[in-house]
Amino acid sequence: MLEVRGVSKSFAGFSAVAEVSLAVASGQIAAVIGPNGAGKSTLFNLITGHLQPTSGRVLLDGRDITGLPPHRICGMGMGRSFQRTNIFPKLTVFENVQAAFLAHRGHGRDFWSRSEDLCREESLDLLASIGLADEAETVAGTLSYGNQKQLELGIALASDPKILLLDEPTAGMSASETHEAIALLARIARERALTLLFTEHDMAVVFSIAQKIAVMHQGRIIADGEPQAVRADPQVRRVYLGERP
Amino acid sequence: MRGRRQGLLQRIPWTLVLFLAAAAVPWLGSRYYTSIATLIAIDALFAVSLNLLLGTTGLVSFGHVAYFGIGAYLCGILMKTYGVPFTLALPGTVLGTALFALAFGFFCVRLIRIYFAMLTLAFSQIVWAICYKWNGVTGGDQGLPDVPYPDFSWMSAVPGLDHLRVDGQFYLVTIALVALSLAAMRRIIGSPFGRMLTTIRENPERAAFIGVNVRAYELAAFVTAGAFAGIAGALFGIYSRGVFADFVYWPKSAEVMIMTILGGMGHFWGPVVGAATLVLLNDQITAATQYWSLVLGVMLLALLFLFPGGIVGGIVAGFERLRRWTARRGRA
Repeated sequence: MLEVRGVSKSFAGFSAVAEVSLAVASGQIAAVIGPNGAGKSTLFNLITGHLQPTSGRVLLDGRDITGLPPHRICGMGMGRSFQRTNIFPKLTVFENVQAAFLAHRGHGRDFWSRSEDLCREESLDLLASIGLADEAETVAGTLSYGNQKQLELGIALASDPKILLLDEPTAGMSASETHEAIALLARIARERALTLLFTEHDMAVVFSIAQKIAVMHQGRIIADGEPQAVRADPQVRRVYLGERP
Repeated sequence: MRGRRQGLLQRIPWTLVLFLAAAAVPWLGSRYYTSIATLIAIDALFAVSLNLLLGTTGLVSFGHVAYFGIGAYLCGILMKTYGVPFTLALPGTVLGTALFALAFGFFCVRLIRIYFAMLTLAFSQIVWAICYKWNGVTGGDQGLPDVPYPDFSWMSAVPGLDHLRVDGQFYLVTIALVALSLAAMRRIIGSPFGRMLTTIRENPERAAFIGVNVRAYELAAFVTAGAFAGIAGALFGIYSRGVFADFVYWPKSAEVMIMTILGGMGHFWGPVVGAATLVLLNDQITAATQYWSLVLGVMLLALLFLFPGGIVGGIVAGFERLRRWTARRGRA
């Protein structure tokens, strides 16, 4: 599904991501973990076209997407959510999701129809499935933090992605919010047969749903495999899980 | 009871009422009122076209006057130099202005925020410099005086309009064109295309990742706004009976931005209200005092602090508060 081959990115001499290779199979739930500044968000931005890699290639379904602009990559079936909540704050919840449907279905060039009437049912259905049906007319920026994260997931899902990249989907959430968010994610991924790639701080979350874990440290991947293997890896234990040598 | 009253208020087609009221101005019989009303209509169109960028797409253009001026010059040159009738000159002007907006916008949308604003300003100053110096075509600093009025002889054949003076006839054509333009822009803003523009205003990063080609949409908005500004400019050239270089000079960009912000850029009718307010106040206050700019400055200051949403934003917020207050009293 997604393949990253030897991708590097340096900013003015500082190497943020170095020779990272990573493969995510179709339907898999994969996590990238690592301490702050390990290069996880940069790696995501390289995959989604927000940054151009200095070297290396990114393939989606076998097609080379390296260097394509974000809107093209999005159109090819990749959805993403951002670490800082990234919604359209002054539009209503309904309009947020509907805009994503309109864009994805190519209605954006239509400058004469009334947008209210388009993609109504799909939008309402999607809001129901992410549990925001009651908030449809709320101005998105006034939602609680947890609900904004839910909405962001909804916006990403409206583009009908095959693979979803989530940058810290539970960042800043309380324990109960985290629990709900992860349950929602797992259900959506199952229902839509989605491939998920996410970064996360909360190790309980990672080990509860990830089928594959890659550990980043100082821009490199130092371990990559099934959760049990990664947990047992001595280098990972030393640099990340906090064990002293 | 309240519900029914509100329903009745909403059923009245307010835009039609407004249009008919505006159309009645020439029958007041005052050349002066007709002149002021024409100016308000033209400035309203100009300001709404700017708001397509400012309020809808979130693009701050300091050089919107370029397209107003290009429209005025194109229409003036076509009508005066080449004797093209207004009915052909206007579509030609719209097309020409749109092409200029496409060429300049192509570079502008490659930059963001203040750099975008500066580049729009730079292009408008280039246009001004060319208009000011190119004597052979634009008349240089002498401008292009005596742009003819369009031929309105057909109007004299229409019963009821045959007694109108030519300025009254031009006014009617102006508000008809302005009304059509506003209706078209309203339609565009309410369309899926318009929704894409609001997503760009709200969050360009996210917009790109719902599949919106941000630059292409910004360019489309820029060209559309430029074309409508061109219509306003074409009308203004005829209204002024001539086209002069200060039509393209940057203070006019500031003026139209003040109108838009004064009226409220968060609402479709905000710039219209802003244009009317500024034109009327300018007219009244310059008659009373020479400190017009001081009055304007103080007014803007007060407005920005008290009603950040502009006049229309303030009114809407006021109504909202009133509605909540009466609802609370109704319950108590």
